[in-house]
Amino acid sequence: MEQVIAINDVYKSFDKKPVLQGIQLGINKGDIYGLIGPSGAGKSTLIKVMVGMETPDAGEVRVFDEKIPNLKVLHDIGYMAQSDALYGELTGKENLQFFASLYRLKKEERNARIEYVARLVNITADLNKRVSAYSGGMKRRLSLAIALLHDPKLLILDEPTVGIDPELRLEIWQELFRLRDEGKTIIVTTHVMVEAERCDRIALIREGKIIAAGTPEQLTNQYGAENLDQVFLKAGRGE
Amino acid sequence: MMRIAVVMKRILLEMIRDKRTLALIFIMPIVILSLVYILFNGETVSLKLGVIDIDEQLEEILEEMDVFVIEYKSDIDYKETVINDDLDGLLIFSTNDVELILQNNDPLRSDPLEMKIKQAFAARNQNELMEKIGSIPAGHEIEIDVQYIYGSSETEFFDVLSTILIGFFVFFFVFLLSGIGFLKERTSGTMEKLMSTPIRRYEILLAYLGGFGVFAIIQTVIVVLYAVYVLDFVLVGPFWLVIVINLLLALVALSLGTFLSSFANSEFQMVQFIPVVIVPQVFFSGIIPFETMAEWVQYIGKLMPLYYGGRALQEVMYKGNGLPEIANDLLIISLFAVIFILLNLLSLRRYRKV
Ligand SMILES: Nc1ncnc2c1ncn2[C@@H]1O[C@H](COP(=O)(O)OP(=O)(O)O)[C@@H](O)[C@H]1O
Ligand SMILES: [Mg+2]
Repeated sequence: MEQVIAINDVYKSFDKKPVLQGIQLGINKGDIYGLIGPSGAGKSTLIKVMVGMETPDAGEVRVFDEKIPNLKVLHDIGYMAQSDALYGELTGKENLQFFASLYRLKKEERNARIEYVARLVNITADLNKRVSAYSGGMKRRLSLAIALLHDPKLLILDEPTVGIDPELRLEIWQELFRLRDEGKTIIVTTHVMVEAERCDRIALIREGKIIAAGTPEQLTNQYGAENLDQVFLKAGRGE
Repeated sequence: MMRIAVVMKRILLEMIRDKRTLALIFIMPIVILSLVYILFNGETVSLKLGVIDIDEQLEEILEEMDVFVIEYKSDIDYKETVINDDLDGLLIFSTNDVELILQNNDPLRSDPLEMKIKQAFAARNQNELMEKIGSIPAGHEIEIDVQYIYGSSETEFFDVLSTILIGFFVFFFVFLLSGIGFLKERTSGTMEKLMSTPIRRYEILLAYLGGFGVFAIIQTVIVVLYAVYVLDFVLVGPFWLVIVINLLLALVALSLGTFLSSFANSEFQMVQFIPVVIVPQVFFSGIIPFETMAEWVQYIGKLMPLYYGGRALQEVMYKGNGLPEIANDLLIISLFAVIFILLNLLSLRRYRKV
């Protein structure tokens, strides 16, 4: 199996507060990999370490076999932050055009991609409105569209479906499955167990440590649990 | 398209969308300059002139010009009288010369007074000659020996203030707007998002430089054209040099603004930098005569970009000097810009080390 991400013994503290404590993680090509854990567990920090926006205090991160941080690798990553990073004065379309141009998409390709991702997250009708007039869910969808824009080989999505209604959430997951089947690698964080079930592999994170990792079935069997919620409780108690 | 151009285009688009800010950049300077012009050109001030042994014709002409004339005996102490009676000037006629003592604590009164007296002399001479030969004579300058109690003839405050204001507007607006722009980029998370794309740190900085540079140029052109052609401000030196100076000032303001914005967490905290960073610079920009400051204060002034900017603007606009005379000032301003830009690049490292 080709490994897309290799994280080796990564530590990170903020103001002496340990946030990542010896993270060891390998993510294979063509997987949807879920990082599951309560708020404050260190999921977002771990993701930023993968993109190169946080530098670990110790340990090594490799993506596509390149040491992170690395500008070239960023061409192949679509990142969606936990909080929406959008230009409110601009319309949805202008936001998409801006980021598409940063990835140097040619004009025809750019327009085609914008149309495609906008349809995918169902904001085509609102593309010409200013983002400041968008609802929270619309902003979330636009952020996701931006992450998908340049058709990256690796998608890193920090809580992508928060604030999105169930129907559209399901559609977005369908798209993630489709992208995976195309050979893309996808990393999502979530604290919703239903979404965790849909991942190919998951890592349970708590207080900056991976307390368990594997496929959802493996984990439920291993802990003799009925669902992932129980796995989490048992793993947390160290059973 | 180059990434720099892409970000620059976005900055310009955001600015154009923000009508209040546009008005602030382009209309406020014009309003303030006009205000300064109106305040400093008020005709209502009545000038008080003491005279000794004046001829009646001249006195009449002066009074027609709204000068309040008071006659004195020739045995008074000139300077004491001027100060004690708060005269704007004292005009002394002796057998073969004319002496004018100006109080000059307020050049806005001394300058017009001196001008009016010269005009009065010219008018009187013309009248006399007209009576004698009945034709218009060739121009005849009257030499008056002028003494100043405060300052010198170079304290033409209005001209000094107006030139400095032109540099100040650019510095102030670029500092504030680029600082707030950068801050918003940070607090809205878009800076982090930018850093997840393959853009380089210096490309972001250059784009900001380009975007705000465009606004600085437009603002300078509008303000200078308005000041020179509508308000009749002095512009003796070349116009392009004024733009160069302002562009360099904008560069410093931008790099300083964006750098300081990393220490602010809200737009209000950005505004709090104004009394710390901007106001002290105004004092050293040439509004207060630099030479009269204590030596250690002068050293502080020399740490301020606007000191060099104000000086260069005066050299060009007011004294009509060219590039060679201000090359040093421009060099120092550029040095400030380089330092702040490097600091910016360092400060952006916290998002991404490459
Ligand atoms: N830039 C930062 N400075 C200081 N503390 C931080 C910073 N980023 C995250 N933290 C802290 O690290 C911990 C983990 O945060 P985070 O990775 O966002 O968790 P999660 O995404 O799992 O909710 C939290 O306690 C948070 O307060
Ligand atoms: Mg998080």
